[in-house]
Amino acid sequence: MAIHIVDRRLNPGSKSLENRQRFLRRAKALVQGAVKKSSQERDIKDVLEGGEVSVPIDGMDEPRFRREGGTRDMVLPGNKKFVEGDILPRPNPSGGKGRGAGEGDSEDAFRFVLSRDEFVDLFLDDLELPDLAKRKLAEVESHGIRRAGYSTSGSPANISISRTVSRALARRVALRRPSPEALAALEAELETCDEARRVEVLAEIEVLKAKIKRIPFIDPIDIRYRRFETVPKPVAQAVMFCLMDVSGSMTEHMKDLAKRFYMLLYVFLKRRYRHVEIVFIRHTDRAEEVDEQTFFHGPASGGTLVSSALQAMHEIVQTRFRPADWNIYAAQASDGDNSYSDGEVTGQLLTDKILPACQFFAYLEVGQEHGLSYEMPNSALWTLYEGLRANGAPLSMRKVNERSEIFPVFHDLFQRRGPQERAAP
Amino acid sequence: MSTPNQLLFQGADWDFHTLQRICDACEQVARDELGLDVYPNQIEVITAEQMLDAYSSVGMPLFYKHWSFGKHFAFQEASYRKGLMGLAYEIVINSSPCISYLMEENTATMQTLVIAHAAFGHNHFFKNNYLFKQWTDADGILDYLEFAKRYVTHCEERHGRLAVEHTLDAAHALMSHGIDRYPGKKSLDLRAEEKRAGRRRAHEESAFNDLWRTVPGTKVKTGAILDVERRRQLLGLPQENLLYFLEKTAPRLRPWQREILRIVRHIAQYFYPQSQTKVMNEGTATYVHYRIMSRLHQQGRLTDGNFLEFLQSHTNVVFQPEFDDPRYSGFNPYALGFAMMQDIERIVTNPEDEDREWFPDIAGKGDAMAVLRDVWANYRDESFISQFMSPHLMRQFRLFHLHDDPEDRSGILVDAIHNERGYRRLRRELARQYDVGFIDPNIEVVDVDLAGDRRLMLRHTVVKGAQLTEADTKRVLQHLADLWSYDVSLSEVDTAGTVLKEYVAHPRSLAAVA
Repeated sequence: MAIHIVDRRLNPGSKSLENRQRFLRRAKALVQGAVKKSSQERDIKDVLEGGEVSVPIDGMDEPRFRREGGTRDMVLPGNKKFVEGDILPRPNPSGGKGRGAGEGDSEDAFRFVLSRDEFVDLFLDDLELPDLAKRKLAEVESHGIRRAGYSTSGSPANISISRTVSRALARRVALRRPSPEALAALEAELETCDEARRVEVLAEIEVLKAKIKRIPFIDPIDIRYRRFETVPKPVAQAVMFCLMDVSGSMTEHMKDLAKRFYMLLYVFLKRRYRHVEIVFIRHTDRAEEVDEQTFFHGPASGGTLVSSALQAMHEIVQTRFRPADWNIYAAQASDGDNSYSDGEVTGQLLTDKILPACQFFAYLEVGQEHGLSYEMPNSALWTLYEGLRANGAPLSMRKVNERSEIFPVFHDLFQRRGPQERAAP
Repeated sequence: MSTPNQLLFQGADWDFHTLQRICDACEQVARDELGLDVYPNQIEVITAEQMLDAYSSVGMPLFYKHWSFGKHFAFQEASYRKGLMGLAYEIVINSSPCISYLMEENTATMQTLVIAHAAFGHNHFFKNNYLFKQWTDADGILDYLEFAKRYVTHCEERHGRLAVEHTLDAAHALMSHGIDRYPGKKSLDLRAEEKRAGRRRAHEESAFNDLWRTVPGTKVKTGAILDVERRRQLLGLPQENLLYFLEKTAPRLRPWQREILRIVRHIAQYFYPQSQTKVMNEGTATYVHYRIMSRLHQQGRLTDGNFLEFLQSHTNVVFQPEFDDPRYSGFNPYALGFAMMQDIERIVTNPEDEDREWFPDIAGKGDAMAVLRDVWANYRDESFISQFMSPHLMRQFRLFHLHDDPEDRSGILVDAIHNERGYRRLRRELARQYDVGFIDPNIEVVDVDLAGDRRLMLRHTVVKGAQLTEADTKRVLQHLADLWSYDVSLSEVDTAGTVLKEYVAHPRSLAAVA
């Protein structure tokens, strides 16, 4: 009898992928809740990492007719001391119920692993770039070229040699162009053969030569050119400016809040753009561009001049990130202090230089832990920015005190909205 | 072909030639010494991920798409990754050719074990057991699954994913009540089934003429109220196959919904024998692999080391924890089945007086394989246990019977133990645990209110006071009402005829269903 042995390992796996997607779609609301919850517990750096989530089984179970209660008869193995007629006390209903009977035990929550992509998709599912940013995104396009097959005309520089030669070969074969070897063979025969044959061979050589002349090695109809076409290319790179006040009044807690916000923004931009750069600008009464470590942890002291940071950002944009080539996002975090005299300069810089270049500018006012955001008195910077907003500057601003507020605030800023609705101030 | 005394392999590594040698060696033992009769074998080597895939679609190589399979996959993958669960070494499919999946991680010894177990043990059982012969069509199942998958996809394209999902959800909820328990006249032919579905669709399409809609209808017969008996006879009541009843009589189902119910029903039916023969099926396969492996070792084709590796996993497989062990979760079908097969072998070849008294037909007959082959062909778990569980084995397992009556405040009664007075009662009770008639609740359609609001009436006959769980029952009835599209009521009636509880479900808006 024949036994077939088949190696199926090469077959594509993940046959269940579609079933899994269906499951996630069905459980979307539940899974999304679980994802948000688990992302709050996580270190914000790992927010992208996917991983295990736990979903309540309610609504995801498959009902069946099941029975419970009544008199039960069981046959069990391993009798040690019982004899017929013994009465055994019932196990404690609280302790024994769970696994004793083995009847319809339901898991009240069920844990499974989400891949990184699934996690991020669910995490950011109902967020989108604000309207302003999208409008700009459509405008800011450059053109690129892309290969698009072959054409019969073109510039000599674009001749596709391999394609041309292979077409020529096909044509020569089809038209039976005599091969050089055949000619050489006849010429060799010419050397050795007798007179009568010689005439024949000479005639044959003539015929072949004539035919070779008639059928060129490469004909103009063989020639093919590589064709290119231009395609509009959306700007696929973004730069994110993180501006932060690092003067003495900023506590570790405030920096932590800012960091979390920056990370979320990074994750979000990363999903939308192929390439995202980050520029860290910290400022006291003067601003400097620093690396991430210094930004969050480096010591600094001094007064507070917000305009210095905006000026630095403007200079960097001018020199390194042309707004035509880059989508520019900026998020500023501060406790709201600013020296009084700086207000006007800041406002000028922002409305004239920074905001026109940016897709999106968010101001995050971070407060003390356990403070209540609505009780915070309006700070100098807040008052200034609010004034600019009232004059129509496209600014987003929020106040945050607690870690747990970061995601809601972020969510609020980027929430998908209907066409009429606009982000609340 | 290797000579009988040559080692099949050394160490743990294997390649495809090794597998071929192993198969040939196993086949030789299975055919010549055990007299097994098997379907042609197809052995497929797969990865762990593919094994998980197969798990989540009830072990079948192809299946229609449904979210519940994705849920099982996610769940199993999580517990596998955490190391809570090992994967099965193999999955075997009752089809012709009989497909066995082997995991690539298995060692050569494990592959030999698995080939002997699945490709010969299970395979023989599938081909010869009367239940499988009666209820399943091994030749047609793969084609039918292919058809089912295509059909469901086709429906999704045509009628929308959500509508199909609702129908499948409802059908799955009723799956355990979509089985014919008594054989009809013809044997099942799934290939013809697929052709039939195709012909019916073609006919519907060709016969469609929009003009018929405009022809005035015939006058409704008035006053002709069918009498109850006649009505029930026309509807084929009482009917315990709920899916069948809905497929044939639900008034507002679309044709494609009926076809989906039919698919789910056929698949439930295909698995029906498996649930009734767990102990026997695993017992047979375990007994066969044990015999084949021992024989190969005897012939010098397995090294002692490999044989010890086999014995170790064999012992794990047939381990039966005792009732007070934290690992206890009911009888291990491998352990019980294997012990019974070995016990039968002992009774046939080397009986004691007690065995002669209990099993006069087979005791001392001498040819163990002939007796076993006959047993494998003609019994299911319930009849097998009630016939062949011997006092010797009951003592060995130290079985005892508990009777738990909630009315009895004092506690749980030990009703019988492994002694002369208890053997027959123990055996009867154990067999009953495997009786399908007792495993599924007995729910039937008893009547339809044709003259009134078309309410579908179901009855659950309560046995030994076990009533349906409320939450689940409501949700299943909701699905049932959605399919029936009128009210559905279920009454729980005990054996004396007293109604214990009543449920009523109203159909949700048709938009959600259709």
